[in-house]
Amino acid sequence: MPAPSSLVPPQQFLAKQVRWHPLEIVFWIATLLPFYFFPSYLSLASQIAIAALFALSLDLILGYAGIVSLGHAAFFGVGAYAAGLFSKFVWGEPFSGLIVAAVLAGVVGYATSFIIAKFRHLTLIMLTLGIGLLLLEGANSASWLTGGADGLQGIDIWPLFNTFDFDLWGYTAYTYSLIALFVIFVATRRLIHSPFGLSLRGIRENSVRMPAIGAPSEAHIRKVYTISAVMAGIAGALIAQTTSTVSLESLSFERSADVLVMVVLGGAGRLYGGIVGSIIFLVARDQFSGINPQYWLFWIGLLLVLVVMFLPNGILGGLARIKLFQRGKA
Amino acid sequence: MSALALSTRNLDKSFGSLVVAKSIEINLPAGERYALIGPNGAGKTTLINLITGMLRPDAGRILLGDEDITTLAPHERVKRGLVRTFQINTLFPQLTALEAVTLAVCERRGEAADWWQNLPSYRDAIEEAYGILVSLRLGDDCERPTHELAYGQQRLLEIALALATKPKVLLLDEPAAGVPHEESGELFEAIANLSQEISVLFIEHDMNIVFRFASRILVMVSGAILVDGTPAEIAADQRVREVYLGSAHHG
Repeated sequence: MPAPSSLVPPQQFLAKQVRWHPLEIVFWIATLLPFYFFPSYLSLASQIAIAALFALSLDLILGYAGIVSLGHAAFFGVGAYAAGLFSKFVWGEPFSGLIVAAVLAGVVGYATSFIIAKFRHLTLIMLTLGIGLLLLEGANSASWLTGGADGLQGIDIWPLFNTFDFDLWGYTAYTYSLIALFVIFVATRRLIHSPFGLSLRGIRENSVRMPAIGAPSEAHIRKVYTISAVMAGIAGALIAQTTSTVSLESLSFERSADVLVMVVLGGAGRLYGGIVGSIIFLVARDQFSGINPQYWLFWIGLLLVLVVMFLPNGILGGLARIKLFQRGKA
Repeated sequence: MSALALSTRNLDKSFGSLVVAKSIEINLPAGERYALIGPNGAGKTTLINLITGMLRPDAGRILLGDEDITTLAPHERVKRGLVRTFQINTLFPQLTALEAVTLAVCERRGEAADWWQNLPSYRDAIEEAYGILVSLRLGDDCERPTHELAYGQQRLLEIALALATKPKVLLLDEPAAGVPHEESGELFEAIANLSQEISVLFIEHDMNIVFRFASRILVMVSGAILVDGTPAEIAADQRVREVYLGSAHHG
């Protein structure tokens, strides 16, 4: 029986999940703090915002659709090289460079998604790893274009709006990266709360049942994989533009592994998990490598072991459980 | 006899030397409730897997109405109205019952690829999903995650997910599997009350339920249909007594 109000109870229940939580607003306001309190860390903050965007792109396929990738740097690297080469051969205007990088990464993502969508489990992981290695070695051997192991030379990024130079302190870089992260975050948030987002969770929860309710799982996976590649490409382009360097490292296995660690640390499938993970990861690297530059990964390794052993849903998953527990007691 | 909703023509399937389906001929008229019975390992679930496309037959054809669907992908068969449930719960553990059924409704309505509008704005889909849940008496618990639901409720959710696809032909693989005897009758009551436009083929071991709800019974043994008859014919058939009921006494 339809209720007289504009919302029936089941709708209200679903609407509640979509609403912005006050903590979310606090978090985004807090992202402005570095401008006032840590101005000497703006470059790091910019790196974190970019890593967070990259982690968000991985979380979309890993946390929502259940696609484990060990080669996500492929799209990051394509974006980075696309933005670098665009500035070298066409012009240095940043926004157009970002769009070119997004499109190119999306094309590579769409092309590989046809393979990705057909497999699961270990086969899938090995495929993502293999595709990542192929692109890395491709860029390495095409040194006439990419500069190979020496990195890409001749990147020239113009000031933002022809006004704001990418300064040494990172004011412009952080502003630019943070706006990009926020805009893409809002779009991703919409996506995961849409019917398509629900379908992705369905694929993650039970890939056998999906075809039995008439869901074209492969088409869904191709779509989300392409979107994720676009986001990763934008992250790569941001790194290229804000640091004016592109090297093979942007395509490396290490970068794929790092972003996976960030998402798992923070908590996969939680939207903010990758962001929290990237903050922890990069702040830890910055602080620990100051103490001992060789062994900082020891601490990340220790943290990773502890988190996956005791907080299987990551740090945010652990916090959510504490909150549920307290509510249960009250 | 009314038009056929589902039929198979000489369906064959073997795994190596093991024959799991031998020239299977099924003719399910529209609106009928047929039971598929047979001892364990007779190939009943395999037959459902063949019909729904989760397995490819070695030979033979599958027709939904007049359309040959032998080569269609599983989800395309569902789009045309051929839907199954699973003997072992095959649900979405972390989704609430409401989300799961809404997902199935959105897939049917072609809205599941929409990625810009918030889910709560799909009011028709949510109301339809809620209606299905209420009709199966899951309305009060629809906001709980699937894995928290009682086992019997999960069996009902199996059926709710299938109904959300608006099936023409429903293949129920032991819908009451694991449900206590006294509740299984209730569950079949819900199945019997389904729209007469839906044709049903169900697998069930409880003979009381089979004789009560089926208009016709197919007996499957070792990958082949042994007998196909009305409940009265099956009850009187000597071969069925020997092969099926006889072996059931041993097991």
